[in-house]
Amino acid sequence: MKATTWAGRNKVEVRDVPDPSILNSRDAIVRITSTAICGSDLHLLDGYVPTMQDGDVMGHEFMGEVVEVGPGVEAGRLRVGDRVVVPFPIACGVCAACAAELYSCCENSNPNAGVAEKMFGHPTAGIFGYSHLTGGFAGGQAEYARVPFADFGPLKVDGDLSDEQVLFLSDILPTGYMGAQMCDIRPTDVVAVWGAGPVGQLAMDSARLLGAAQVIAIDREPYRLRMAEDAGHTTVDFSEVDIRSALLELTGGRGPDKCIDAVGLEATHGSAHIHVYDRIKQAVRAETDRPHALRQAILACRNGGVVSVIGVYTGLVDKFPAGAWMNRSLTLRTGQCHVQRYMKPLLKRIERRELDPTRIITHTLPLDEAPHGYNIFKRKRDNCEKIVLKP
Amino acid sequence: MELTATTTIRKPAAEVYAFWLRLENLPMFMAHLEEVRSTGDRTSHWKASAPFGSAIEWDAEVIEEVPDELVAWRSSADADVPNTGRVRLVPAPDGVSTEVHVLLSYDIPGGDLGKAVAEYFGEEPHQQLDDDLRRLKQVMEIGEVMRSEGAPWGKRARKEFPQRPAQPLPPDELAQEART
Repeated sequence: MKATTWAGRNKVEVRDVPDPSILNSRDAIVRITSTAICGSDLHLLDGYVPTMQDGDVMGHEFMGEVVEVGPGVEAGRLRVGDRVVVPFPIACGVCAACAAELYSCCENSNPNAGVAEKMFGHPTAGIFGYSHLTGGFAGGQAEYARVPFADFGPLKVDGDLSDEQVLFLSDILPTGYMGAQMCDIRPTDVVAVWGAGPVGQLAMDSARLLGAAQVIAIDREPYRLRMAEDAGHTTVDFSEVDIRSALLELTGGRGPDKCIDAVGLEATHGSAHIHVYDRIKQAVRAETDRPHALRQAILACRNGGVVSVIGVYTGLVDKFPAGAWMNRSLTLRTGQCHVQRYMKPLLKRIERRELDPTRIITHTLPLDEAPHGYNIFKRKRDNCEKIVLKP
Repeated sequence: MELTATTTIRKPAAEVYAFWLRLENLPMFMAHLEEVRSTGDRTSHWKASAPFGSAIEWDAEVIEEVPDELVAWRSSADADVPNTGRVRLVPAPDGVSTEVHVLLSYDIPGGDLGKAVAEYFGEEPHQQLDDDLRRLKQVMEIGEVMRSEGAPWGKRARKEFPQRPAQPLPPDELAQEART
């Protein structure tokens, strides 16, 4: 089959690889009808997630049709022919983490848990196409994928919704929604979202859905800010204004009540010398992550507010503003999304037209053009916001 | 050399105890063990892979048994690498899970055999036991050892880093895997 593979830093190639096979009894094989490139795939492309290997199949946002099930999958749960959206965290559904609905912390799904434990203190779940640290699972930017725990994770969807309407239930819609949900939004809240990429946009829509009085989008790409504005959100261009001042101006000097970091470890700073400082430390591996958005969110947030982090961090950050966090009674909440927790309720919201995740799709490409897709997404060319690939 | 490791399994102590008491189950998740078989009521024969390609074999006997709480064994006097093991089960505070505390003790001999054994355990001997217990947890909670395309070999995973690429296995590798 054809699959998008990591071929070294800043290089992806569509190659011919063997077709997947059942390795565990609760596996299924899915023929992929739609898959997407995620912002976190760019962290892999750029070489910021350790333990990638040449030939790794990329992709953790995918859906399709079940073509084979393992002997441990009950027919009542999943059958050949079912149309499913696959959640990106691989979760067994029976361990203590899964029982607590902390699916991205599943205790059984990562065969390389020992490696993850060394890096994080405790191991985390397996994730499709997302380095060997998260298990070494082949991803879904391919014609077929093997899906473990297929009787637990994948969400069955009816045919009357398009792939585009439900595909993002695999990751970015639940991730954006969890970012907003962790804010415990009240009707009086102003919510600021750092990053108007795909996850940021869906976090903004979710914040409004959960009742925020006002949602502010922070970015520097005019087309991304325009997209947020078209969806009814207030925008701040950090390349033109000082973020803190702009946010104070928009909130009568209080600061946003809730702040969402939808940027993560490869942030860009409006102030060149601070960006250079972090970029150099990152380049010599004295710091793995550039936490500009996180720093700004903590400093900007109103006293007693919540900073919700859904942008990806992989290692250590420098100059974490612990004093602001502690003295101003801020709450920091975060997590890789526990997608399985949100798929069904968010599917209902899509069916009720309360959320329209299709609004962020700017490109639909054949799988063969994945390298071009990665390139325009990374360089923010051609007004690229979200790419759907068709195998 | 003494190794300790612990894990928590979401199963009642009686179930974990029954599983461990069937020593034949141990090679399913313990990387260095090839085979354990009962030879009597309290005795068993153990076979472990050795770094120089051959195998080490010894007999062992159960020396302590408290149902649902504790099992301990020791190798017979003529073992090349005298060893003892002890598993203690403690109910976890959540009321449904069981803490598994394992203590393994090896009397590493001098000479080439001792060197080979030390080399086998490597710089972080406890890591192997940690990985063993992670697989025990998988076997008890999901019924089998978790596999991925990058680490399809189950209990041999740790020895294979860097791994094979995270892409589906070709038929010949799959066939080879089925045999091991």
